[in-house]
Amino acid sequence: MTSEQRLALIRAGLSARHARERRFRVYGLAAIAAALGFVAILFGMILARGLPAFTQATLSLDVAFDPAIVKVEDKPQPRQGQSPADHRQELLAWERKVTMLNWNRIVENAVRAAAPDTAADARQVLSIVETNARFQLRDMFVADPSLAGRTVRVKMLASANADNWLKGNIDRALPDAQQQLAAPARALADTLRENGAISFDFARHLFTNTDSRSAPASAGLAGAFVGSLYMMLVVIVLAVPIGVMSAVYLEEFAPKNRFTDLIEVNINNLAAVPSIVFGLLGAAVFINYFRLPLSAPLVGGLVLTLMTLPTIIIATRSALRAVPPSLRQAALGLGASRTQTVFHHVLPVTYPGILTATIIGVAQALGETAPLLLIGMNAFVAQVPATPLDQSTALPVQIYLWQGNENRNFFEARTSAAIIVLIGLMLTLNAIAILLRTRLEKRA
Amino acid sequence: MNTTIVAGLLLVLLAFAYRAGWSRSASLAPADGGRLHSRPAYHGALVAIWALAPALLILALWAAFSDTASRAWIVSRLPPDVAALQGADLEEAIRRVRQIASGFGVAGETAPYENAAARALAEFDTLTFATAIAAAAGTGALALLAARDRITPRLRARNEVEAVMRLAMIACSVVAILTTAGIVASLLAEAVRFFTFVSPVDFFFGTVWRPGFSTTGHGAGGEYGLLPLLWGTLMVASIAMLVALPIGLMTAIYLSQYASPGTRNTVKPIVEVLAGIPTIVYGFFALVTVGPFLASLGRALGLDIRATSALTAGTVMGIMIIPFISSLSDDIIRQVPKGLRDGSLGLGATQSETIRRVILPAALPGIVGAFLLAVSRAIGETMIVVLAAGNSPFLRFNPGEPVSTVTVTIVNQLTGDTDFASPQSLVAFALGLTLFAMTLVLNVAALYIVRRYREQYE
Repeated sequence: MTSEQRLALIRAGLSARHARERRFRVYGLAAIAAALGFVAILFGMILARGLPAFTQATLSLDVAFDPAIVKVEDKPQPRQGQSPADHRQELLAWERKVTMLNWNRIVENAVRAAAPDTAADARQVLSIVETNARFQLRDMFVADPSLAGRTVRVKMLASANADNWLKGNIDRALPDAQQQLAAPARALADTLRENGAISFDFARHLFTNTDSRSAPASAGLAGAFVGSLYMMLVVIVLAVPIGVMSAVYLEEFAPKNRFTDLIEVNINNLAAVPSIVFGLLGAAVFINYFRLPLSAPLVGGLVLTLMTLPTIIIATRSALRAVPPSLRQAALGLGASRTQTVFHHVLPVTYPGILTATIIGVAQALGETAPLLLIGMNAFVAQVPATPLDQSTALPVQIYLWQGNENRNFFEARTSAAIIVLIGLMLTLNAIAILLRTRLEKRA
Repeated sequence: MNTTIVAGLLLVLLAFAYRAGWSRSASLAPADGGRLHSRPAYHGALVAIWALAPALLILALWAAFSDTASRAWIVSRLPPDVAALQGADLEEAIRRVRQIASGFGVAGETAPYENAAARALAEFDTLTFATAIAAAAGTGALALLAARDRITPRLRARNEVEAVMRLAMIACSVVAILTTAGIVASLLAEAVRFFTFVSPVDFFFGTVWRPGFSTTGHGAGGEYGLLPLLWGTLMVASIAMLVALPIGLMTAIYLSQYASPGTRNTVKPIVEVLAGIPTIVYGFFALVTVGPFLASLGRALGLDIRATSALTAGTVMGIMIIPFISSLSDDIIRQVPKGLRDGSLGLGATQSETIRRVILPAALPGIVGAFLLAVSRAIGETMIVVLAAGNSPFLRFNPGEPVSTVTVTIVNQLTGDTDFASPQSLVAFALGLTLFAMTLVLNVAALYIVRRYREQYE
């Protein structure tokens, strides 16, 4: 074969090869487009569903504390020589009497005052107001008994069903039997929206209230948030010192032998153990063996600490490995001991790396759900936990609980809103990590 | 209140001890004329360690036993007929006494004996607390003085402090081993208890999963066949890999071989955002968006696809794993020596030919390692399958049908009222053991392959 012929052969194949090259490139671009598309769809769907839940139908009504309904003796005051427990009991008895008053009647009157010509009956009127409105009025009265006989402007949440109706989350064309509200109640909600008694206000209670079953429209994330906060505190207090110390030991001090090899393999493997296995460990050891309380953020924090440790150890080790050996040699050459070398000279250089690793580890722990389910953190808790030993949920578990709520068309938005809060927190953490790292690295 | 006092005491002791060691060391230095072995800070730290250790020990003992002691004291102060009560009644009596003693009081009339016991309890509590504090402070002070007197110019304080630090570091490193040991021990122990109810053969080779409820009484009372769950796990994981591997690998190839640095620096972090999203969010995404979409797509194509199915869970899990595969493969592809690539291009191969015939074969072991790690992730993933796989533990071969997996079943069996004596709960640990063993094998194999691969090109 002459070189001419060889060239002709190559040229003949060239266009096919170039076509293959172009196709390959297109596959690559398609893969990237798919990955980016998934990110866009995921965030788009969550924002589209979740953002409306940050505002909620709120009634602003002139509530008359009608003395004919609010009929109760004066609030008991602590008397001389009475034990605090006795006083509290008297107070509770009085509050019970206050609770028995017909607060629903007051709510109903307030709604009727805002929409005088409604056809709705008492039940239908109350169905558009959140059920805890009566407790809200009661609490106002308990705090200030002089309200009796006065008329004040009060903001009350509309019920979940009214919120759905006004936001159009439920098809307005559905027949009566499939609607959540009766026809007069729907008309009433529309009237109130038109005359301005119902407005869409920022849902502050999403951040200040705890979870609620009886009053779903007022359910909030406060309890879950504090529970997550306690767990993150436990993780930071335990995982960071233990992780950094163990990384320093393995990287700078440990002799190379079977034992340290074992620790190495162990840590690498622990980093890839499914999180649910840590939950099983927590259930068997912390709950069943040590009898620590179920649903406690302390136990959750311990489980998450064990889970986060490998992340922090591995990242700290790679930060230590990146420190130039000349630094160590200089310190050792000037007579510093090995401990002095490490703690005075090597470790401070790695602070940005350790900080980043910590924040990434904490963010990962913040989003973890499965192990928490196994130690009982999926319990329904309607209080903000006061200590890390009280019952509590966590943000991701609250998302899990809300997505399972049967009032779907209300709670889907709620769940997405909770997801936005959670992802917002995680992104903030990561942003802080990047910011701190760049600032610290600049200084170093 | 008590905690504040204890913390304050410890802080004061720490400050004094450190100061004492420091000043002794400083005062020694000129007297001797020569030099001290250690710097004053080490003397201070050494004295502080010696002073705090016994004080902490005493406080720990007090914390461990004070509750039992005060209880015994209350019971001894109650009249015989009350002290002879059992169970909840006795607890209630003790609780009342404690509440009166705390000054908050109890509702209703208090019996004279309760008041007396409460007064005695208040005195007892104050006394024991004062004793514990005094003992801790006293021993701390004595230890401080003793440690201070040890300080001589030749004392090797630095070496001693460093030995303590090294011990602390070793203790921290052992936590990782203890965790693994704890996982293996607890899973094994509970799994063995489970196997006293159900034979391992029935568990590992059974084809029916029907555990029944723990409330219907003890005993096996159900069938615990692992195979349907294992099948579901494998099916979901395979679908996930079918989604993640092509997209992840092609993304890595394009970003490392074709993309400009600018594109790379914008696209890579965006794709990696997918790795940071909590799995519960993926689960919700699968449930409300992907599931209904696949179901309607199936209807349009004439296929029967359920909204919660192996396909839904697998697809979303695949999306979750994309960044995992893409960043691992990216690292691995960049480790292939540049000479291989340049040689191939120099001989006239197109870029895609170089990638397919030279770079990928060279990077193959590493990519296999990354693949195995990704499979291990997929097998252990929980929340996506809990929400989107449909939880139906039957041997079905159609991916459009709901399935159940090992992880889902662990969650189902261990949430709600868990009774650690029933096989219905214990089976979770046997499942956990299976899961742990599977992921362990995959992880170890993957880590081994990746390490070998690194060595090859280093």
